Amino acid sequence: MKPLIDCIDLKQHYPIRHGLLGRQSLAVKAVDGVNLQIQRGEVVGLVGESGSGKSTLGRTLMMMEKPTSGSVIYDGKDIAGLTHAGLHPYRRRMQMVFQDPFSSLNPRMTVEDSLTMPLRFHAPELSAAQRRDEAAETLERVGLSRSAFERFPHEFSGGQRQRIGIARALMVKPEFIVADEPVSALDVSVQAQVLNLFSSIRQTLGLTLLFVTHDLAVVGHIADRVAVMYLGQIMEIAPTRALFTAPAHPYTETLLSAAPQPKAGPRRARIAMRGEPPSPLNPPSGCVFRTRCAHALPECAQERPALRPAPAGRGASHFTACLRDDLSLTPAVTETPSPRIRTPV
Amino acid sequence: MSDPILSVRNLTIRFKGDGRETQVVHGVDFDIHPGETLALVGESGSGKSVTSFALMRLLPEAPRCRIDGQIRMGGTDLLALTEPQMAAYRGPRIAMIFQEPLTSLNPVHRVGDQIAEAIRFHRKMDRTAIRARVLELLRMVGIPDPERRMMAYPHEMSGGMRQRVVIAMALALEPELLIADEPTTALDVTVQAQILDLLRDLQKRTGMAMLFITHDFGVVAEIAERVMVMYSGRIVEEGSLGAVLERPRMPYTSGLLASVPRFEDAGQSKGPLGTIEGFVPSPDKLPAGCSFHPRCPQFRPGLCDQRMPELLPHGRPAHPVRCLRAPDLSLVPEVPA
Amino acid sequence: MSNPQTAPLSSPATTSVPTRTSALRRFARNPRLRKFMRHRLAMAGLVTIIVLTLACFIGPYLLPYDELYIDLRARFSPPLTGAHIFGTDPLGRDIAARLFSAGQISLTVGFLAMVLSTLIGTAIGLVAGYFGGWSRVGLMRVTDAFLSFPSIFLMLTLAAFLRPSPTMITLIIAVTSWMEVARIVEAEVRGQAGRDFTIAARMIGAPHWWIMFREILPNIMGPIIVAATLTVARAILLEAYISFLGYGIQPPLPSWGNMLNNAQQYLDSAPWLAIVPGVAITLAVTSFNFIGDGLRDALDARSVN
Repeated sequence: MKPLIDCIDLKQHYPIRHGLLGRQSLAVKAVDGVNLQIQRGEVVGLVGESGSGKSTLGRTLMMMEKPTSGSVIYDGKDIAGLTHAGLHPYRRRMQMVFQDPFSSLNPRMTVEDSLTMPLRFHAPELSAAQRRDEAAETLERVGLSRSAFERFPHEFSGGQRQRIGIARALMVKPEFIVADEPVSALDVSVQAQVLNLFSSIRQTLGLTLLFVTHDLAVVGHIADRVAVMYLGQIMEIAPTRALFTAPAHPYTETLLSAAPQPKAGPRRARIAMRGEPPSPLNPPSGCVFRTRCAHALPECAQERPALRPAPAGRGASHFTACLRDDLSLTPAVTETPSPRIRTPV
Repeated sequence: MSDPILSVRNLTIRFKGDGRETQVVHGVDFDIHPGETLALVGESGSGKSVTSFALMRLLPEAPRCRIDGQIRMGGTDLLALTEPQMAAYRGPRIAMIFQEPLTSLNPVHRVGDQIAEAIRFHRKMDRTAIRARVLELLRMVGIPDPERRMMAYPHEMSGGMRQRVVIAMALALEPELLIADEPTTALDVTVQAQILDLLRDLQKRTGMAMLFITHDFGVVAEIAERVMVMYSGRIVEEGSLGAVLERPRMPYTSGLLASVPRFEDAGQSKGPLGTIEGFVPSPDKLPAGCSFHPRCPQFRPGLCDQRMPELLPHGRPAHPVRCLRAPDLSLVPEVPA
Repeated sequence: MSNPQTAPLSSPATTSVPTRTSALRRFARNPRLRKFMRHRLAMAGLVTIIVLTLACFIGPYLLPYDELYIDLRARFSPPLTGAHIFGTDPLGRDIAARLFSAGQISLTVGFLAMVLSTLIGTAIGLVAGYFGGWSRVGLMRVTDAFLSFPSIFLMLTLAAFLRPSPTMITLIIAVTSWMEVARIVEAEVRGQAGRDFTIAARMIGAPHWWIMFREILPNIMGPIIVAATLTVARAILLEAYISFLGYGIQPPLPSWGNMLNNAQQYLDSAPWLAIVPGVAITLAVTSFNFIGDGLRDALDARSVN
């Protein structure tokens, strides 16, 4: 099947000016040669730690910034080279949900203005009343009532604001949404409400979703497929269940073992990471993770490993950027399901 | 059981402002024993951080804030101390670390000097002895190459390294109690794991007690032996890690736990996450009766909206729960077939 | 920490939102307004300005003399002589009448100069801050150049070559005092341009003018208003200055500055000639400065919630 989004060797480098004459000598390679396909209707989780480039990748896919090189094929057409005007029709098809519900809404605009604004530019044929009706419908879809219309963002809680942010993204009826850490600023119980909202709109609207987050458990809940990023590159990409039950890259294993789980009883063994994080200005040669990897070999420094099918019968859609296929890595979960807490009715 | 290192009795905190008085902590009682880690869990607005600030006497002074009750440490009520007397407790007896390590470090001083300063303030030691102690502390918190790192400025370090420096500073005077207020929330998971390991290890070596404030049940499971859950300024459930995480009796606790996505279910559609509808009420508009009743799935009209439940033992193992319906509810874990 | 949630409980289907209040009541309860009203000096300044403005624009109709009526028998009358509450000048003209009609000109020049310079400064700051890059470098260097040139010389030079009518004086003051506003606006815009809501508007495909005027400008009105208030004070002072030096408003049109100019040779014999317009200038300038301080405190985003 033809993917909705296909990014090919995508790079986003930020030059750092150095010296008196401001000659470029170094660059932060925030995204460095990413290949990623997203199918229509799929939810892809993009996980990584700070500095991994996950947010930059999301923003570059949205063409918020022009990539340094590489292409983003959106529904068969490369949009990486398009101008502001050329991108306009695509703006209607892809939208973004932001992390901070306090900064993503204009504090001086009412909810109604924030919501109807996108339609001014994408559906100018609609009358003001029609725009308002659309906004009311969308507001209801995210669990708010029309009475929110005349209010300003500061009158709402964080969770409600995030719902408004989602509603604004939905106003132009996009097919693709990039959600950049949309629940990490929220309280635990509110986080669950917003995650459920994402699941439900994804289902009812058939959205394609790139869910950028640092939280593996959140990704495990919402994503069909997970891509793990480290220092601007994708280390592993796999169907969600496979990533948790049979990780193929040592970095994934480390991440999974580090994430604390709300379970009493014996603690899981932790896979320690060696040394200190490398400077993004001067990443290691070869595999960027090798300086922290417990399984690194001399040949890991030679050449940057490309994503390749994961070894040992892990399935056709499981890819890893690790040279070694002789590793037996610790999974985060084994296949036996565990008890859940039930709230009796 | 040994005598508690710190006993809090009927701690009540009110803030005054704009001619209004708002009570944010309502009669909190707890003990911390030597060598144990007690986790204080709650969402924003639960009063957990205010409680920890009160223990350190870091809240604003009298007219703006009123603290009642007792905070006893070794026979002394910390609330009765004068500010200079209290200053002698901060550091050698109780120390605190915060969420954002950058705010607790002065950006214009070398980290080694800042740790030395913390020691010099309380102990009479000569330069070489202090330097040796600083190096020892940096080594203890796992900072590689401490001779070089002690000369660094905070901005030259990563977040994890900074938090290690802050921990070294807090431990410089070997406090009996360390209060950690969301110390890993701003850190990456792998760094968080290292810091949690470090704190556990340091505790084993020094025998200090720890009050660990967090919103994350995952972190609680990693570090604590005992858990208190706080809601709207009151403790609503308290017990061992196993009791609270596996057999919660308060609907708020079980609701919070149900709303956390689990690794076990990763990639398997288990339907929507459990949620607690609504959000934490504003402290000046607490509902009548149990503060949680408007959000509670077990709410029974005529009961829960009438009176505030006491913190009474329920469940197996029996542990204090603040719920009027605890006797007739069974929030047992469900084992799927 | 206790971060009181202001909004009420929500339910999954429809979330209830705060109850509605009328716009007027909301305005009256606006914490910023209340904060401003609690600022004593600012309120005193506001009252002074209102009184001064009313006196200048209504006062002349209530006085028995107009500002051009010459009564040579009553020359140099000290204040409170008969109906001359502030006394008379060397030609026997009523100082109160002259002060008020001078105030009409001085306050109007000050106010209009503020409006113009704020418009210029905001426009330059918006474009420089929003587009960045070369437009920022270019515009801000021009701003710096204007700032580094002693504006009083620039003003005097301009005034010497151009016919100094009130309109011209207003223009000259505006052209030499927009830089402060431009710098403030540029810095604020740069801060706002990186915020998520601005990015969201760009992602939606909103045109630049929309983002500048509808998204960003309303969020930086606070600092602009504060700067504008202080600019009024400065403009009044500048007008007094050049008129005092004789390059400003020309007699017989009175202005506070040229009243001072006329008074200087009689400082010994008739000090009230200088004191009365001097006090008016001081009152107006300090009042606007106090209002500016009050607004700064009240509009400071960090101080409210």
